[in-house]
Amino acid sequence: MSLPFLLEIGVEEIPDWMIRPALEHLRQSFAKMLAEHRLGGEVAWVDATPRRLVLRAEDLLPRQADAEEMVSGPPKSAGAGAAAGFAKKMNARVEDLGGTQTAKGEYYCYLRKQPGRAAGELLSESLPGLILGIPWPKTMYWTSKAGARFIRPIRWIVALLAGEVVPFEAAGVRSSNVSSGHRRLGAAHIPVTVEHYQDQLGANYVMVRAEERRKRIENCLAGSRIKPDPGLMDTLVYLTEYPTPIFGGFDPSYLSLPEEVLVTVMRHHQKYFSLLDDTGKLAPRFVAVTNTDGDPEGLIRAGNERVLRARFNDARFFWDTDQHKKLADRVEDLAHVTWQAKVGSYKEKTDRVVALVKELGGSADAQHAALLAKCDLTAEMVKEFTELQGIVGGLYARAQGEPEEVALAIYDHYKPESMDDEIPRTEAGRLVSLADKLDTLRGCFGVGMIPSGSRDPFALRRAAQGVVRILVEGGLSLPVSRLLGEDAQLREFFLDRVKYYFKDVRGFLYDEVNAVLAAGHDDLPDAAQRLAAVQAVRPTENFEPLAASFKRIRNILEQAEFRGGPFDEALVEAGPEAELVRQSSAVRAGLGDGYRENLEAIASLRPQVDRFFDKVLVNAPDTRVRANRLAMLHNLLAEFSSIADFSEIVTSKES
Amino acid sequence: MLNYQQFLFQLKNYWAERGCVIQEPHDVEVGAGTMCPETFLRVLGPKPHRVAYVQPSRRPADGRYAENPNRLYKHQQLQVILKPSPDDIIEQYLGSLEAIGIDLRKHDLKLEEDNWESPTLGAWGIGWQVMLDGLEITQFTYFQQCGGVDLEVVPVELTYGLERLAAFLQGVESVYQIEWAPGFSYSDVRRADELQFSVYNFEMADIGTLWQLLDLHEKECQRLLAAWPKYPDKQRFPLLAAYDQVLKCSHVFNLLDSRGAISVTERVGVIGRVRKLAVGVAQAWVQQQQEPAA
Repeated sequence: MSLPFLLEIGVEEIPDWMIRPALEHLRQSFAKMLAEHRLGGEVAWVDATPRRLVLRAEDLLPRQADAEEMVSGPPKSAGAGAAAGFAKKMNARVEDLGGTQTAKGEYYCYLRKQPGRAAGELLSESLPGLILGIPWPKTMYWTSKAGARFIRPIRWIVALLAGEVVPFEAAGVRSSNVSSGHRRLGAAHIPVTVEHYQDQLGANYVMVRAEERRKRIENCLAGSRIKPDPGLMDTLVYLTEYPTPIFGGFDPSYLSLPEEVLVTVMRHHQKYFSLLDDTGKLAPRFVAVTNTDGDPEGLIRAGNERVLRARFNDARFFWDTDQHKKLADRVEDLAHVTWQAKVGSYKEKTDRVVALVKELGGSADAQHAALLAKCDLTAEMVKEFTELQGIVGGLYARAQGEPEEVALAIYDHYKPESMDDEIPRTEAGRLVSLADKLDTLRGCFGVGMIPSGSRDPFALRRAAQGVVRILVEGGLSLPVSRLLGEDAQLREFFLDRVKYYFKDVRGFLYDEVNAVLAAGHDDLPDAAQRLAAVQAVRPTENFEPLAASFKRIRNILEQAEFRGGPFDEALVEAGPEAELVRQSSAVRAGLGDGYRENLEAIASLRPQVDRFFDKVLVNAPDTRVRANRLAMLHNLLAEFSSIADFSEIVTSKES
Repeated sequence: MLNYQQFLFQLKNYWAERGCVIQEPHDVEVGAGTMCPETFLRVLGPKPHRVAYVQPSRRPADGRYAENPNRLYKHQQLQVILKPSPDDIIEQYLGSLEAIGIDLRKHDLKLEEDNWESPTLGAWGIGWQVMLDGLEITQFTYFQQCGGVDLEVVPVELTYGLERLAAFLQGVESVYQIEWAPGFSYSDVRRADELQFSVYNFEMADIGTLWQLLDLHEKECQRLLAAWPKYPDKQRFPLLAAYDQVLKCSHVFNLLDSRGAISVTERVGVIGRVRKLAVGVAQAWVQQQQEPAA
């Protein structure tokens, strides 16, 4: 016989974005608990609405199998008293004790039988800790200061093993078989069974399965041209128990406001989908996803339209008000806007960024864009819609007759904001973005605001990542060391981001990245080209063996503590040594501009290098010959390591 | 349809029936109902408390010369504190909306994550903004800390935005069109207030005087806090008066801010000054509550 199990944790509304990680943790910790208690079974599914986390498992054993364990006791030589004590501890009679022969002599032992425990009992013990062990980004307490912590108060718990309630208490709530329906459309108390749980909740306007809610939304939207927005869809799926989309409209005159503003209001502030017309332009309509079964009287539509109208009116008011003072007239106002309390105002930042853009060779337009880039922070529109910073500046610059190059650079200068985001479209935009981010990094590191572990309140990793991407993907061969300045911590932090970018974003192997960066990381587009060359040449037959030889050379030089010295061709022995010297000068003479060709040429040295190590003793008895050979190897390593330090390559023999 | 004052009566009545003391507004300027001693001090310590009051809340920088239909220098909040928070608090809250005539089966209500924090008061909590048909109508917060003190008993705070809720109920586009009482609109009652204080806050408040006021109120509060440790009869000690000085400082700070008079470096510094006073009063208050009555 095997039993089905249902757990439902009833919680006050959980923030939508936290739900899926919590479910995954619940699934794993429950499966682990089943395994530890030898209860068999498996988790069939986990799912959630804002008000409940649900786990369904199948095929649990009604009780654990009995277990036997051989327990060692005292040595037989210890006497009757010890044997009696051991028997008592085992809850057995002395005559039931056995004996076992070990290297140290004969010992008492006892075969202890542990009857398997009932699944319900084990679940009762495990579930409170398992529930309260779900990790959340931010927790609260509600019963008392020393009480349980969870994302929001737990209000009910359903725990059913087949037909029986698994009894326990967590956070002051006793488990039962009573669930709760939709806050207004369903019943407050619903006795449920494992078998009919989903239907019983469905009848009370709770769709337990997220995928069903998603399908319901999608079905209602089928046939409408929606601006696709998977992130918003996820949010709405986990913000509702019974989602029903409704369509609303707004006055077409608002379409004269920039699309960016309209979409931001609808998406971020109201969680509406935008609709497009036949030509792909924004239509004066929207979709709100409600947590109801419909809106027959149009009350919800009217309410949402009214809210949107007020929001759009605000936006129009902000736009009109902001035009009374041009961006160029707002530069001085930035002195009153804090950038970082410890570092200074946006005016000071702006002055530094303008200087840096100029230093980096930025055009007059780029410098002007840098001067105006932060001015929108004083605009009413950005105070209200902070996520539109930069974009609003770009739109205002265009409306105020600034050159298009300037407007675009301002518009783009926060980019890239994520790994999926594009880098700025224009050279000027890239330079402004680069200078802004570099200034942020320098400024924060300068006053000790350095990210540690998961703590990065000023998003410096993202800033550094943006710098790396702009340099590499924008093909900007600017010297990183000069961009970063002297701060050793900043340099190390930045190098980590460079490695992360090439490995985790671009997918290069870690040893290739290490090898290439060890040969220089001041010019990132160049490093990217060298990496591509190493990746291309690596599968060829000579490459890895040569890399192994280079590693050997490095070890020899390190062991000899050799730091370089004169090389005298006259001391070269005929045979493999002379051949290596001759062939390496030939390769050297043939090197051109192509990294890939150069790498192939260097790799072609392999037979000579191999022969040299086969036949020639580096540690020659004659100290002058020895020093000369070390010098030769030293030069070889140095000259052929400018593309990549091959000794960093992990060859297949090692791995 | 309920007019504004009927709607207030209904809400107050609803919470009175659930054991709340119905208080009148605190008579010192505050930026939010949370700052009133009825909330800020009463949530500290183990004593249960239930109170509801309408609090006019002044935010000088939000003034719009009575020209914006939704933004006000001084808006009204209904502040409800239930300490400890009852288990069915959300149901009780939904009941309050039904009490003012909202049929929640016909409307869309969502609780969206929104955690509240006030650096000036050293206070924060966990909760939601309550959205009704896309309109934020209430801030719902389980307090966790106040005046830098972890709360022993967790209170719930419900803050209703009264003007927007009334405009929603009456279906008007501007708060100024709300019918306050028969024959009186919100505009009749409050328009001059909004206009004149916008002019004062943005144009005419004297910056030098405000800085002096800030110093004076701060010194008065500091003087009292310095006297607290040695004062013999703790129950008599005027901590409530000291706290009023904190509120004065906070309001003057907001005025300076709306005058654009607070520079980068000063801003953080002034918030820190006010916070220090608030935390000082909160800690003394906790001690005072623990003293046996004389």
